[in-house]
Amino acid sequence: MIDDFLLRAGLAGIGVALLTAPLGCFVVWQRLAMFGNSIAHCGLLGVALGVLLSIELTLGVIMVSMALALLLIGLQGQKLLPQDTLLGILAHAALAAGLLAATWVGGARLDLMGYLFGDILAVSGSDLWWILGGLILIGGAMLWLWRPLLSISVHRELAAAEGVRVELVQASFMLLVAFTIAVSIKIVGILLITSLLIIPAASARAFASSPERMAAGAAVLSVFSVLAGLGFSMQLDTPAGPSIVLVLTAVFALTAPFLLRQGAR
Amino acid sequence: MTARPAATFSAVEPHSAVTHRNRAAALISARGLGVDLGGKPVLDNVDIDIQAGEIVTLIGPNGAGKTTLARLLLGLLRPTRGGVSRKPGIRIGYVPQRFAVDATIPIKVRRFLRLGVRASTAAIGQVLEEVGAGNLADRPLAALSGGEFQRVSLARALIAAPQLLMLDEPVQGVDYAGEAQLYAMIGDIRTRRGCGILLISHDLHIVLGASDRVICLNRHICCEGVPETVATHPEYARLFGRDAVRAVGIYRHEHDHEHDLSGAVKQAGCANHGHD
Repeated sequence: MIDDFLLRAGLAGIGVALLTAPLGCFVVWQRLAMFGNSIAHCGLLGVALGVLLSIELTLGVIMVSMALALLLIGLQGQKLLPQDTLLGILAHAALAAGLLAATWVGGARLDLMGYLFGDILAVSGSDLWWILGGLILIGGAMLWLWRPLLSISVHRELAAAEGVRVELVQASFMLLVAFTIAVSIKIVGILLITSLLIIPAASARAFASSPERMAAGAAVLSVFSVLAGLGFSMQLDTPAGPSIVLVLTAVFALTAPFLLRQGAR
Repeated sequence: MTARPAATFSAVEPHSAVTHRNRAAALISARGLGVDLGGKPVLDNVDIDIQAGEIVTLIGPNGAGKTTLARLLLGLLRPTRGGVSRKPGIRIGYVPQRFAVDATIPIKVRRFLRLGVRASTAAIGQVLEEVGAGNLADRPLAALSGGEFQRVSLARALIAAPQLLMLDEPVQGVDYAGEAQLYAMIGDIRTRRGCGILLISHDLHIVLGASDRVICLNRHICCEGVPETVATHPEYARLFGRDAVRAVGIYRHEHDHEHDLSGAVKQAGCANHGHD
């Protein structure tokens, strides 16, 4: 017999793995890992906002992460500071503010560790709906964005010269990443969520002969790792989020020799 | 910018009657084009027309604004002054300056050609043959040599059957023999397809022979005309080195107009544009 909470955890894990894997390929190609990290760090602020406004917490996280994504997109225009410095500032400011705000509005009621490192076993029915909604929304948007986004990732100016509306496509993609992170935080938590974006994509790279195959490979590896991590966590009674991340990392480590062999060619 | 001395324009060689007459038929034309970047003028008062079937070469030292002009013509950059008019519905093929392909993206040549437009396998094979890269369709993009990559880039620009081709330093990273081949191929493409071509270059020896018109740019158009005219023009000599200046020394002191954007400072600056 499969317990209800275990079924929900498994479904949520599969959903989030399918969401993050293809987006993660673009995060890798466009070197946006730091961007993802910064967005994730504001998750706690979103939780606090949700509590404060008495709305669905996931909605609070989505609102705050989208707002931060827009702020970061707006700041891309300046050239005097490198992008990762700005991202670092925002990430830590958002995390610090989130910790204070969460303590202030939530007090002892708020499961701080759950938000920081994930609590996949506490996934609720409404969390599942958010993930399903995300899959439909983001799946559809990615079908529309795939080719222009790929074109931009290869060469921005060339894409623009061929009529791609670079700013619009890029901003849409960054908002999708923010949305994905927001609905995925439940699974592995604010501090670990970027790993679901970048590790499966990185693991698939050595074997991929096309962008689509890299995305598909990432999705397969991600689903496997999430379920395996969940299994380990059940068996060994370890926290689920970190277990999933360690399985992801182990898979990546297995592919590393192939990366090196390809690089040497 | 209206207060410019008339002498500025006299330096522009056959700023030709021909060009103006054909303006309506031009694939693309710009008048009084200028752009400021970061508050500083980068280009000023550029007039240019490109007709179907002609190869126009844009030469000038580094920092002369050649790529900026291409970006203005493509519509990637908004002009501060003047304007660009394109023939309605014109398709422009663009080969940007050579860029490093990121090996993190697993993409083959065949797919790279499909990024801009949908194209059949047959069409891709055909255009790759046309640029002498028929054997490269299934090679990873990141594994190409400089010459191979430039050919593939050219194929991507050609696949949408452009009426105008803009090639920014198309022989960059190509060896000497390959350079001559590429220029010959560009000439063939013009003949076969009848498209207009804007060729940006800073190397002169081969370019001059392959072009119908040469425009010498250094933030504004210094001189313009058929290759022979430009090669003996004092402005050309100024821009392209002391040796060249010496060779046409007789003209040297005739060039006394303030031909720069920011006033007298530039006069000295221009003399320093020699190659090393």
